[in-house]
Amino acid sequence: MNANTRIAAVEQVSMRTKKRSAFAVKLKKIMKYRALILMALPGLLYLFINNYLPMFGIVIAFKDINFAKGIMGSDWIGFKNFEYLFKTQDAYVITRNTLLYNIVFILLNTTIAFALAIMLNEIRKRFLSRTYQTLILLPYLISMVIVGYLVLGFLDVENGFMNKTLLPMLGMEPISWYSETKYWPWILTIVNVWKGVGNLCIIYLAAIIGIDQEYYEAATIDGANRWQQVVRITFPLVLPVITIMSLLAIGRIFYSDFGLFYQVPLNTGSLMPVTNTIDTYVYRALINLGDIGMSSAAGLYQALVGFILVIVSNAVVRKFNKDNALF
Amino acid sequence: MQSSARVYQWLLNLVMIVFTLFCLMPIWLLFSSSLTDDMELVRSGYAFFPEKISFSAYHYLWNTSSEIARAYGITILTTVIGTAAGLSLTAMVAYPLSRIEMPFRNSLAFYVFFTMLFNGGLVPTYLLYTNYFDFKNTLLALIIPGLLMNGFFIILMRTFFATSIPTAIIESAYIDGAKEWKIFYRIVLPLSTPVLATVGLFYVILYWNDWFNGLIYLTDSKYYSLQNLLNRILLDIQYLQSSTQSGNQASSLSARIPLASMRMAMAVIGVVPLLVAYPFFQKYFAKGLTVGAVKG
Repeated sequence: MNANTRIAAVEQVSMRTKKRSAFAVKLKKIMKYRALILMALPGLLYLFINNYLPMFGIVIAFKDINFAKGIMGSDWIGFKNFEYLFKTQDAYVITRNTLLYNIVFILLNTTIAFALAIMLNEIRKRFLSRTYQTLILLPYLISMVIVGYLVLGFLDVENGFMNKTLLPMLGMEPISWYSETKYWPWILTIVNVWKGVGNLCIIYLAAIIGIDQEYYEAATIDGANRWQQVVRITFPLVLPVITIMSLLAIGRIFYSDFGLFYQVPLNTGSLMPVTNTIDTYVYRALINLGDIGMSSAAGLYQALVGFILVIVSNAVVRKFNKDNALF
Repeated sequence: MQSSARVYQWLLNLVMIVFTLFCLMPIWLLFSSSLTDDMELVRSGYAFFPEKISFSAYHYLWNTSSEIARAYGITILTTVIGTAAGLSLTAMVAYPLSRIEMPFRNSLAFYVFFTMLFNGGLVPTYLLYTNYFDFKNTLLALIIPGLLMNGFFIILMRTFFATSIPTAIIESAYIDGAKEWKIFYRIVLPLSTPVLATVGLFYVILYWNDWFNGLIYLTDSKYYSLQNLLNRILLDIQYLQSSTQSGNQASSLSARIPLASMRMAMAVIGVVPLLVAYPFFQKYFAKGLTVGAVKG
């Protein structure tokens, strides 16, 4: 045995002991902090059951589910479910509705919330500003079922405020709101602004309040007016928060608020061309029709595209500014 | 200069008042409709300022309330149990993840974070809870699926524990021989009331307002929460009629049941508890919303 191989052998042994000792250190650490691991275990187990097990369930989309054979025993049918889904007109309609509504919601909510936040910050009377903040958050507390009642109060064909008071006052004929599709894109958008802008506004306001006052003092000395201060100081400094909130929304652009599209139009069939989204489609296919193949295919389509969108939009933001990215 | 500044303030307030009214109007209409006299309602519909006020809708609800009281009880029960269990489980995951010494800390943090990025969707979840767990038509279906924990709350709490609890306190307790559980209960939790209040509040709103679990897992109205009952009545007003008539045989001949205002009165009963409690927890609520926007 020459010197070199001997050295190699010694190194190998020491490597092995190092590895073993690293393992031993780890094991020791686990033993030392076992109480922490034990503490986290129930919650982690819940996430495994509630979130990870259904992820394995995406295989259902590639199967012809037959309950007699069980879910795992059912036959594989490849992409048949997806073929059926994308052959229908529905696939196009639900994708279009989900995307278009979300794009409008994101743009509108962000703009209105940011504008209101700037105005709230400019109001000198503390008490008034506080009162507005409290009141515009109220819609956030109300469940979509009750929002359905609120909308019904306005739009009910027989007793609604629109048909009984406002339209006669304007000399117009009553409208049967729940059977005409053309009004619903507007109604749903208004409801969404009503429910969502308050909380977004509070988030932006917190970011604006967090800005160091020295920037504004310096700008005032340099002769910048209010509008210039908003454009040159407030906006760029709040941009990270706007980006994060928008990223979160873009990541969910393939998801819709089920309650908004199901409860608010009272699950009306004739409105479906403008109220059916991926979520309501999946629900109806599963619960009303019992069509597991179709609904699981639509669900997987949603989850996959949604996931890709989060990764891509995050990567794009990362490229421009690392600090503004989510991860 | 002085007067232009005043005009500017007036304009700002005007815009905010308009938007605030926009937020409040529908809620106002709900309250006023529930208080409208039945004959008046037939004549002029749901109005902001009804000419004749009547409490008959609430009177009827009170007299025929067995089903409503039951639904109310179920909502309170699921809200209390869900909030307590969810808050404990979340804190018990968030605290270890906030400790630098925690083994597999980064992998576990990713394990939690990934649940926010990807999910299996409704169908596998539904099949899991109905076929493997047999939750259909049970009270557990209103508490466990989807609602009990989520990654967002865990990350929110972990961030708080990591940034607001000085490690020196934990270390010194450790040196004094305190056990992990004791440190958690005696030191960490008492120092964390702001985040516990915030997340607890989110849980209360989540459970109180949830109707989706009831919609998919309940076919039997026995376990309907208040929201499920409201949902049923919203989509099918005859349901309200049939359930009031069966509970109110004696007075059914004396007067027409004010269905339209009763329906609104039910919705009022559904929102009032949150609206009444809101001013007390508003501070924590706004804080929670803003903490959520900060990267965890």
